[in-house]
Amino acid sequence: MSTFAPHQQKGRQPTSQRGRQSSPWSWRWGDRLVLFCAWTAGLGLCLVSAGIVIYMGYRGIEYLRPGLLFSRPAISTSQSQSGGFLDPLIGTVLLTLIGILLAGPLAVISAIWIAEYGRPSWLARVVESSIEIVAGTPDIVLALFGLSIFQLGLFAPLSFRSEAGGVFGRSFIAAGAMMSLIALPPLFAATREGLQAVPAHLREAAFALGKTRITTIRRVLLPSVRSNIATGVTLGVSRIIGDTAIVLLLLGETLHIEAQGSVPGLNVLRGTGSSLTSYVYDNSPAGEGAAPQKAYAAAFVLLLMVLALNLLVDRIGRSHQRSMGLSVPGGAI
Amino acid sequence: MSRDEMLLDPWNVTAVEQQDDPRADQSQTPPVEAPRALSIGGSQAPSAQSSEAPATQAPEVPPVRTIVLDRPPEPVAPPLRERNPLREPMRSTAGLERLRLDGVGIEYAGKPAVKSVSLSIHQGEVLALIGPSGCGKTTLLRTLNRLTELTPSAARAGEVLLDGEDIHELPDTTLRSRVAMVFQQPNPFPMSIFDNVAFALREQSRKRPRRRELEPLVIDALRRAGLYDEVRDDLDRPALRLSGGQQQRLCIARAIAPRPEVLLMDEPCSALDPISTGVIEQLIGELRRDLAVVIVTHNLAQAHRVADKVAFLYLGDLVEYGTTAEVFDEPRAQRTRDYVRGAFG
Repeated sequence: MSTFAPHQQKGRQPTSQRGRQSSPWSWRWGDRLVLFCAWTAGLGLCLVSAGIVIYMGYRGIEYLRPGLLFSRPAISTSQSQSGGFLDPLIGTVLLTLIGILLAGPLAVISAIWIAEYGRPSWLARVVESSIEIVAGTPDIVLALFGLSIFQLGLFAPLSFRSEAGGVFGRSFIAAGAMMSLIALPPLFAATREGLQAVPAHLREAAFALGKTRITTIRRVLLPSVRSNIATGVTLGVSRIIGDTAIVLLLLGETLHIEAQGSVPGLNVLRGTGSSLTSYVYDNSPAGEGAAPQKAYAAAFVLLLMVLALNLLVDRIGRSHQRSMGLSVPGGAI
Repeated sequence: MSRDEMLLDPWNVTAVEQQDDPRADQSQTPPVEAPRALSIGGSQAPSAQSSEAPATQAPEVPPVRTIVLDRPPEPVAPPLRERNPLREPMRSTAGLERLRLDGVGIEYAGKPAVKSVSLSIHQGEVLALIGPSGCGKTTLLRTLNRLTELTPSAARAGEVLLDGEDIHELPDTTLRSRVAMVFQQPNPFPMSIFDNVAFALREQSRKRPRRRELEPLVIDALRRAGLYDEVRDDLDRPALRLSGGQQQRLCIARAIAPRPEVLLMDEPCSALDPISTGVIEQLIGELRRDLAVVIVTHNLAQAHRVADKVAFLYLGDLVEYGTTAEVFDEPRAQRTRDYVRGAFG
């Protein structure tokens, strides 16, 4: 092969070494300050979260015994007799399930309506701002509101009555319904953002194939925002798991799960119970239990649940992205 | 200089003062007062044409032509009937008339984008819509499957008939499966290759057909789009893993899977490399047998290669419509002549 260029040296091994960079000491003060703050804030947050996990892990492993997970709490003055936290654990799981099952469809459907239909626009604005109001309401206020709703005679079948006929308004259903309100805003926001990030040409492609809007939503858009929905579910579930106020007011905070009525399944939902958060509160020095070891153990279990959930959703999101052939970002949350 | 070279080379574009040029009187355009006018040294044009046509038959090409931007196009050649019919045989394999546009006009928020266009599109031929940016090519194309309706501010006039039926009477889903479209940017769905093609077929029927029933149809569509041999090993691969050219052919497969009558293509090759472009152009030539193809293109050489008929739009007006040979070699309007010679674009 003949070439018509100056003699070429033999190629050298390429290196990834970068050339000389400007030294931060030569920068303006403002730039140096921002750089310093960025590093400090990032590392500081890492330290804080690592601190929480390590401390709780240390305490949790110290006090957590398998027996605690599988024994029911009992009333006793002696710590060795007062049992574990099986009931609060089941209560947390049950409450989360109810909350997310109610919030999930509602949030996803309203996000679809906002992102894909959204007409008339004033109605869309009203819907969005009402969801924002729900998001901004403190959970104790929501709990109080829920209590006043579920104490109406109309809702008696959802909780239980006292012997005198008063409606208590405290049950898994009532607490779950209010929990769905605190899980709804993050799930709604995640789904809506996912839908808005789907490029318009994808919708056009489906329309151009003679598909209706609803087919496009079901077959193209929803599958592509599955990882956003998963992220939203994690955020919602984390908020439900972590909430205490609604449990205190609407779940009755009873020691055991107390079934009400005779219909199996429904009796538990109509009944009262407690969650891990209220258990931690009750057993902490702030509560009446004064059994900090059990509070630590329960808190550790709570933390593990949230971490496991995050990991799971991250995995699901990544494998889904990969199966669609999209590039996998750094992480879901 | 061959015709193709001529198309590719926008030669001798110079801005001169019209009044200074003594040859301006020979031009059929009247003297212009516009202070800035583009004129083109046209001395090479007659020789290019005489290489193919007898000199006596070739229309007189004015040596200097002037574009005036705010004036209706001037005819520069005699009407087609006076042409020598032996000069260039019609390339068209035209069959049945598929689409007829009658006075189609589109406005966006009161601003006209397409003004009263009438055309007919036949089975077995490729119609290229050419014209400078913003001339309404894509809008006109999107009117044919009523995608313009998705823009709330769009208003339309005139009618479009698909096999004699007004497309606005047809349900949009029916129309769009009969008039399929391929877009500028390859836009496969984030699903497997199989599902991408099956999607077009699947939702057509009330009952979801099984994969076994769909497989022959999907494979047939992929084969017609010239993609099957490259993907046959793994139809379940995500479509977004394919290369750009393969993705575009997948989009074509998806569009032709329900056996449409008309295929609309909106600059299908402008995001692709030359090799993929070549593959797709060849594909268009093959698809032409079963369908009517309407292609919007910025690339004049491409229009020349693939099209049987060419429609030149300028500022929303259909300036010229005819066979490729007519529009490129003997344009009747001044503006077309200037555009196909590359004087503006």
